[in-house]
Amino acid sequence: MNIPLNIDWRQILLHLFNFVILAGGLYILLYRPIKNFMKQREDYYQGLHQDAEQVQEQARQLKEEYQTQLSQVDSAIEQKKAAAEQELDQLREQELAEARKQADAILVKAHENAEREHREMLSKATRELTELAVTAAEKIVLDAKGDPYEQFLNLAEKEGKHEQSE
Amino acid sequence: MDKKKKRLFLVLWLCAIVLLLVGSLLVPAKEHEETIREAMRDAVLHESNKINLPGVGPVNPGLISAVTVTAVLLAAALLIRIFVIPRFKYVPGRLQLLLEQGVSLFDNLAKSNSPWRNGFLGAYLFGSGCYVFFGTLFELFGIQAITTHGTSFTLPAPLSDVNAAIMLGVLSYFVICSGAIAGNGFHGVGSALKEISLLISMSFRLFGALLSGLLVTELVYYYVTLSFVLPVVVAVLFTLLHALIQTYVLTMLTALFYGEMSEPRERQPKASRRKRAAMAENN
Repeated sequence: MNIPLNIDWRQILLHLFNFVILAGGLYILLYRPIKNFMKQREDYYQGLHQDAEQVQEQARQLKEEYQTQLSQVDSAIEQKKAAAEQELDQLREQELAEARKQADAILVKAHENAEREHREMLSKATRELTELAVTAAEKIVLDAKGDPYEQFLNLAEKEGKHEQSE
Repeated sequence: MDKKKKRLFLVLWLCAIVLLLVGSLLVPAKEHEETIREAMRDAVLHESNKINLPGVGPVNPGLISAVTVTAVLLAAALLIRIFVIPRFKYVPGRLQLLLEQGVSLFDNLAKSNSPWRNGFLGAYLFGSGCYVFFGTLFELFGIQAITTHGTSFTLPAPLSDVNAAIMLGVLSYFVICSGAIAGNGFHGVGSALKEISLLISMSFRLFGALLSGLLVTELVYYYVTLSFVLPVVVAVLFTLLHALIQTYVLTMLTALFYGEMSEPRERQPKASRRKRAAMAENN
């Protein structure tokens, strides 16, 4: 049977035979080794990427831990600060109370001293007046000139002038 | 090179061109053994110019071209496998990049068009792509062979032989069918048979495309007056474009149809079963 266009089954099979050898050879010699190499490289970089991600994850966890610890330390510092302030307030109150106590004691003592001095001054003044009166009486009695009462007054006036002039 | 030398070189070069042009026009050309009609007819049908293949007998020159291309490609692949691939580095050099790009191109074409069962498809596309590309470029080298009549003959591109084009077209169709069967079993055969026209369209598209290039080149080289400057565009640039376009078209079509046919489809229940199921629901 004559097939148009000079189509020849035998030559088609020969072409097929040739192509199968070529395709198989190219697959074994080029396609597979190059694909394997590219896969190997992809795996290598994938591994690197995964390692980097793991390291990043660890770093993130560490950061979170440190942040938690830092926040705990902050709260501890706040608590200690509050306790110290409270203690300081107590101490201040105690000191203040003691100072008041001491001030009261000093005041009481001052009052007592003032009272005692007042009394001493009064007794001294009384004693001096008594002595003055006695002295005046003695002078009056000893001089005995005129009315004693007038003499006494004169003498007292003299004494008074004398004190004023001093 | 100083200015004087440059000028001298240019003058000598132009003189040589003019002399060669005048000489080639004046010297009488050898009588053509066949007319342009016969040459064209033979380019299509290969009736007269046959080449003897040892052990097989006279065959079309396309088959000799195919065997030569296969031998050269396999030798190159073997050299690359022995001397280049073992020295591959994670940061590639130029040659490594070129090879990786070549493999990735067909691998990605297979993966993007057929996300399922693309391992075999990638390898097939790589093989057929290399065959079409380098086979088309082969005609640029103008390798001569002796016909059975004892005359010298320039070996054409393998796929300009209708037998080679039919082989590749039919094989691509069977690869598509294998994808359909692998993806959907015997139901896939039906969908593959619906696209039976692919058999003819793929075969004759290749044959027509490659043959047209061959015929234009035959025509251009047949006449001496057309043999200046024009072959640079017709032979070299067109052949390069041709090689790229035909490789892309064949591999793309094969990948596209393979992906479409091998896509797993959900089986529709039969009408009687649907009726029964509806009745059971109503009861």
